[in-house]
Amino acid sequence: MKYQSQKVAYAYFLAAMALFGIQVLGGLLLGWIYVSPNTLSEVLPFNIVRMIHTNALIVWLLLGFFGAAYYLVPEESEREIFSVKLAYIQLAILVVGTLGAVGSYLVGIHGGREFLEQPLWVKFGILVAAVIFLVNVSLTFLAGRKTAITNILMMGLWLLCLLWIFAFINPDNLSLDKMYWWMVVHLWVEATWELVMAAILGFLMLKLTGVDREVIEKWLYIIVATALFSGILGTGHHFYWIGTPGYWQWIGSIFSTFEVVPFFAMMSFAFVMVWKGRKNHPNKAALLWSLGSSTVAFFGAGVWGFLHTLHGVNFYTHGTQITAAHGHLAFYGAYVALNLAMFTYAMPILRGRDPYNQVLNMASFWLMTGGMAFMTFTLTFAGTIQTHMQRIVGDYFMDVQDQLGLFYLMRFGSGIAVVLGALLFIYSMLVVRREVVKPGPVAVPGE
Amino acid sequence: MSEFLTKSRARNVFYGGSIFFVVVFVALTAQSHRHIVDKATAGMPLTDEVVLGKHVWERNSCINCHTLHGEGAYFAPEVGNVMTRWGVLDDPEGAYEMLDGWMAAQPSGIEGRRQMPHFEITEEEMRGLAEFLRWADQTDTQNWPPNDAG
Ligand code: HEM
Ligand code: HEM
Ligand SMILES: [Fe+2]
Repeated sequence: MKYQSQKVAYAYFLAAMALFGIQVLGGLLLGWIYVSPNTLSEVLPFNIVRMIHTNALIVWLLLGFFGAAYYLVPEESEREIFSVKLAYIQLAILVVGTLGAVGSYLVGIHGGREFLEQPLWVKFGILVAAVIFLVNVSLTFLAGRKTAITNILMMGLWLLCLLWIFAFINPDNLSLDKMYWWMVVHLWVEATWELVMAAILGFLMLKLTGVDREVIEKWLYIIVATALFSGILGTGHHFYWIGTPGYWQWIGSIFSTFEVVPFFAMMSFAFVMVWKGRKNHPNKAALLWSLGSSTVAFFGAGVWGFLHTLHGVNFYTHGTQITAAHGHLAFYGAYVALNLAMFTYAMPILRGRDPYNQVLNMASFWLMTGGMAFMTFTLTFAGTIQTHMQRIVGDYFMDVQDQLGLFYLMRFGSGIAVVLGALLFIYSMLVVRREVVKPGPVAVPGE
Repeated sequence: MSEFLTKSRARNVFYGGSIFFVVVFVALTAQSHRHIVDKATAGMPLTDEVVLGKHVWERNSCINCHTLHGEGAYFAPEVGNVMTRWGVLDDPEGAYEMLDGWMAAQPSGIEGRRQMPHFEITEEEMRGLAEFLRWADQTDTQNWPPNDAG
C-alpha cells in the first residue's frame, strides 16, 4: 500500500462481502421457494425475499465500486484521499441505510418499483452518501495526476450518481414511470457501470501484467466509446412494449446489438494484455478473476443479452425465465466477478501480506462460476419451454410453470454451489493465513 | 492503426460521440413522453382512482412476484392484460368484483402451489386497484403480449 488512506477500501470491502453473503443466501431461499412454494409463505413471502436479494446485490456492488475508487484513486493521483473521515461517514450512512431498508422490508414497509423499493429516507441517505463520495474523490482527483483510468472512473461514477435522481421520479402514469425507471436500471448496467468496469479492469491489467500505460489507456477510450455509443440508444430494447413509440423496435434492436462490442472488447483487452505483459505477478487468483470476469461478462451480457434483444425475438421471450437467466450471468460476470477480482488483488496489500490464499480462492472462482453457468443453462431451458408453451401455444402461466419443476430443482442445486463458492471466497479472503498448497519450484520474480 | 488513432484522438471521439448520442436520446425521450401521454395511454383518463390503485400496487410490491407489461418478477402471472383475460376490460363493476373475490381467496393454502399472500386492502383501494389494472390494460403496447395467457 503506497498511501495510508487507501486503507478505507478495506472497510468497504468487508461490508460488501457481508452483503454478498446475505444476497446469495436470499437467492438460495428464493430458489427453494420455487421448488417448495409453501415455504415461509405466510411470514416471509417471495416478494420480500426477492427485494432483499436484488437490493443487497446492488448495494454491495456499489460498495465494492466505492471501495475500489478509494483504493485506486490515491494510487493513480499520487496523493492521499482528500478526507478519510468523510469516507468513513459515507460508509456509515450506507450501512445504516442498508440495515434500515432490510429491516423495513421485513416488517412490510417498502416502495413498489422493482430494485428501487428503498423507503424514501434511505433513498435520501444514498443521495447524501453519493454526494459525499463525489466531493471526496473529485477533490483528490483534481489535485493530483490525471490518468485515463481515473478520468473514465470519475466520469462513470459521476454519471451513475446523477442517474440516481431518477429513483425519485415516479410519475402517476405507469408507462412514464416505466420509461424513467430504465434511466436508472439500464443506463447503470449498460452504460455508466461499464465505464467503472473498464477503468477497474484497466487498473488491474496495469498492475498485474505490466503492460505499458499508454497502450492500456488507448484501449480504454475505445472500449468506453463503444459502450456509450451503443448503450445509450440501446435503452430502446426496453421500450418495445411499455407504451413507447414503435420506432424503438428498430433503434433498440440495432443499437443494443452493438452493445455486444464493448463486452467483446473488454474480453479481448484482458487476454491481449496478459499475452503482451512480461510481468509474472504472484497474485494469480486476481488474474484469474479478471480474465474470468471479462469472459463471463461477454457471455452473460453479450451472448445472452443478444439472445433476446431483437424485437422479433423479445416479443416472445419478454419477461420469461430467459430474462432471469441473462440477468444472472450478466450481473455475475460483469460486476460480481469484477469486484471479487479487485478484492482479491487489493486485500493482501491492504492487510500487508503476500497473496496467501491462491488455491482456495481459485477453487471458489470455479465453484461460483460453474454454479452460475449451470443456473443460466437451467433457466434458459426453462425459459425456452415457457416461451413456447405460454407465448406460442397460449397455455396459462401457472400450468406452464407446473411443467418446469425439474429445471427449478436443478437451479436450486446450482445455487448451493454458488453459496458454497461465495463462503469459500470470503473464508479465503479473511481467515486463511498460509498457502494451502506449496507452489512449484519455478522462481517467480514479482512486484 | 496505432499512428492514426492516438490516445488523445480516441479520447476526443469518446467525448464528442457520447455527447451526440445523449442529445439524440434526450430528444427521442421527450418525444416518447408526449407519445405516451397523448396517444398510448390516452384510451382511459388517468383518474384519482387509477392513481390510488397504482399506489396500492406499489405499497404491496406486487411487482416482486408478477410482471406488468412484461417487467417485474417471473414468479406469478402477467397482470398487464389480466382484465382482458377475465373478460372485464370494459366493465368497472365486474372488474372490481372479480378482483375482490380473487384477493379474498388468497392465500390458497394448496400444498405444492405457489402462494399469493393476503393483503390488507380497503374497498376504496380495491376499486382503485381494479381501475389501475384496467387502465394499464388499455395501454397501446404494440400488441404485446402475443396472446391472452400473458
Ligand atoms: C453487464 C451488463 C448487463 C446486465 C447486468 C444486465 C442485466 C439485466 C437485467 C437484470 C434485466 C432484467 C431487468 C428487469 O427486471 O426487467 C435485463 C433485461 C434485458 N437485457 Fe440486460 N444486462 C446487461 C447487458 C445487456 C446487453 C449487452 C444486452 C443486449 C445485447 C441486454 C439485453 C437485455 C434485454 C433485451 C432485456 C429485456 C428482457 C425482457 O424483455 O424481459 N442486456 N438485463
Ligand atoms: C444462490 C444463488 C442464487 C439463486 C438461487 C438465485 C435465485 C433467484 C431467484 C429465484 C430470483 C427471482 C426470479 C423471479 O423473479 O422469478 C432472482 C432474481 C435475481 N437475482 Fe438471483 N439468485 C442467486 C444468485 C444471484 C447472483 C450471484 C446474482 C448476481 C450476479 C443474482 C442476481 C439476480 C438479479 C439481478 C435478479 C433479478 C432478475 C430480473 O429481474 O430479471 N442472483 N434470483
Ligand atoms: Fe438493457
